[in-house]
Amino acid sequence: MMSDNQGISDSSPEIDADSVAQAEEKALAKQAFKAEFKELAIQGLWKNNPGLVQLLGLCPLLAVTATVTNALGLGLATLLVLVCSNATVSAIRQWVPKEVRIPIFVLIIAAFVTCVQLLMNAYTFGIYQSLGIFLPLIVTNCAIIGRAEAYASKNPIKQATFDGLMMGLGFALVLLVLGAIREILGQGTLFDGANLLLGDWASVLRIEVYQLDSQFLLAILPPGAFIVMGFLIALKNAIDNYVKQRQPKVNEQTIERVRVNFDS
Amino acid sequence: MAFWIASSPHNHNQAETSALMRLVIYALLPGILAQWYFFGWGNIIHITLAVATAMACEFIVLSLRSKKQIRKQLFDGSAILSAVLLGICIPAIAPWWISVIGAAFAIVIVKQLYGGLGHNPFNPAMAAYVMLLISFPIQMTSWLPPTALMNIGLDFSNTLMTIFTGFTAEGYSVEQLRTSIDGFTMATPLDTLKTDLGLGHTVYETTQNSIFTNSYDFSLGLAYGWEWINLTFLAGGLLLIAKRAIAWHTPISFLLSLFVCSFIAYSVSPDSSASTMFHWLTGGCMLGAFFILTDPVTGATSIKGRLIIGAIAGLLVYLIRTFGGYPDGVAFAVLLCNMAAPLVDQYTRPRTYGHGNTVAKPAPSSESVNKQTETKQ
Repeated sequence: MMSDNQGISDSSPEIDADSVAQAEEKALAKQAFKAEFKELAIQGLWKNNPGLVQLLGLCPLLAVTATVTNALGLGLATLLVLVCSNATVSAIRQWVPKEVRIPIFVLIIAAFVTCVQLLMNAYTFGIYQSLGIFLPLIVTNCAIIGRAEAYASKNPIKQATFDGLMMGLGFALVLLVLGAIREILGQGTLFDGANLLLGDWASVLRIEVYQLDSQFLLAILPPGAFIVMGFLIALKNAIDNYVKQRQPKVNEQTIERVRVNFDS
Repeated sequence: MAFWIASSPHNHNQAETSALMRLVIYALLPGILAQWYFFGWGNIIHITLAVATAMACEFIVLSLRSKKQIRKQLFDGSAILSAVLLGICIPAIAPWWISVIGAAFAIVIVKQLYGGLGHNPFNPAMAAYVMLLISFPIQMTSWLPPTALMNIGLDFSNTLMTIFTGFTAEGYSVEQLRTSIDGFTMATPLDTLKTDLGLGHTVYETTQNSIFTNSYDFSLGLAYGWEWINLTFLAGGLLLIAKRAIAWHTPISFLLSLFVCSFIAYSVSPDSSASTMFHWLTGGCMLGAFFILTDPVTGATSIKGRLIIGAIAGLLVYLIRTFGGYPDGVAFAVLLCNMAAPLVDQYTRPRTYGHGNTVAKPAPSSESVNKQTETKQ
């Protein structure tokens, strides 16, 4: 973008009108580009959120969100895999035959998941152990292959990467909120065991929200995840409905048909 | 001159929901009194707490859902009945927040979130009980022995204090209250039997424990205290059947099924299985049979379906009591039967008069009619 602007300022006055038109066109294109990115962000974070709206990848979402730390660990891992896989799928989209695209996407995703798994094994061993099977299971997370198939395989790298980032962020945010609610309800703490993920300094992050003599096991067990998830989805729908009602109503033209029954 | 012609049935039963609920609550009273006599004030305090919470929650949710005639729905007695049933099931000296959380869960999540009275797939009281049992295993299994067996007397104010603070006025903890003279923690008869059988004792050896013997007033020698509570619930249930408030099919089939299961086990190996009467008169057997399985919303509706559901529940209760991880299985059995009820209803739909033939061919359901029209097209 910057080089284009310099080119305009260097041009001679004869083709000034032309360059103005070009600049306007470019500004428009830039606006459209910006709008596209904004739309991608809104889609990923709210309107088409993988956790709340698409309901994809529910298995890890419900299984490991007993604490914020676990949720954050899995959210970051999924985010990283989603961004990298979207970028790669988009980069090689010209050379992938339609017939075998799904196996190729799965291979790409599996490669990145293996990288993330090895990295977490090396640097955050505690969280690697507490995530257990759900870390390698990111390969089968439908949210990731869904984005590769639905968006990355049809769009340029920049947009695809940004889409992966926004979808991953949306997923990670849902994980975080779910983990926070379940941890507060279940143990009365926040960021318990954050040092497993972020290093020893993070043990100061642990907040004791209230003292519990006995854990509220339902919130920690899977049924609690389903119930809290249901409440989150309901809250999102309620907010959407409220916003919709606040907006001015567009009067739609109603078409009324008159039918005349000649038989009777 | 035209007369207004109503369709059948012409003979209306003018009963209202509130009248039915009131009758069921009255039928529960003898059992609650027996509980009070044998186990002290705890359950009455818990019932009061649960009812207050349930009414508050019902009011809040109904106003949030902006329903009309809130007063009528609030006082139709369904929330009160659920809360009373929950309060009966909770251990007498469980902390106060147990019944508050349970009643709130029963009303808000199990009942109102599914659409309120008549739309809930699960019995609110039992779902809340299972939720509490899974979430707070320690508090929900700290049962008090019958007052006659206790070392430390508990009057009303002391019970209230224990429920709210965890200690009596003299400073005894819940654990100390449950301890016998010999220093053992006393559990319910079902729990004791399960633990002792697990340790390799025979049933005869187990029943020498003071909670089984008949050396106290009004003891029948099966399970002191519990037998009378179950008998009074049985009496209340029979009253409901006599008043036509519930159908006899579910409880009878449930009790028969439990009887048959325990009879077979008892005749095969009497040393390792409890008697049939013990199974009938301990735990929540009679309460479950007459007051919970017969819930018109969550149970089966056809006669055959009711018989099947009762039999399944009896089998499940026996299996859970004998082989399961928990000493009593009525609540779990009820929830499983609630899940099965719609399917059972689907397959036991009664034949409409004049439709279908007497052979096992099912009456034409809407699906098969659709299929027929599809094939015609």
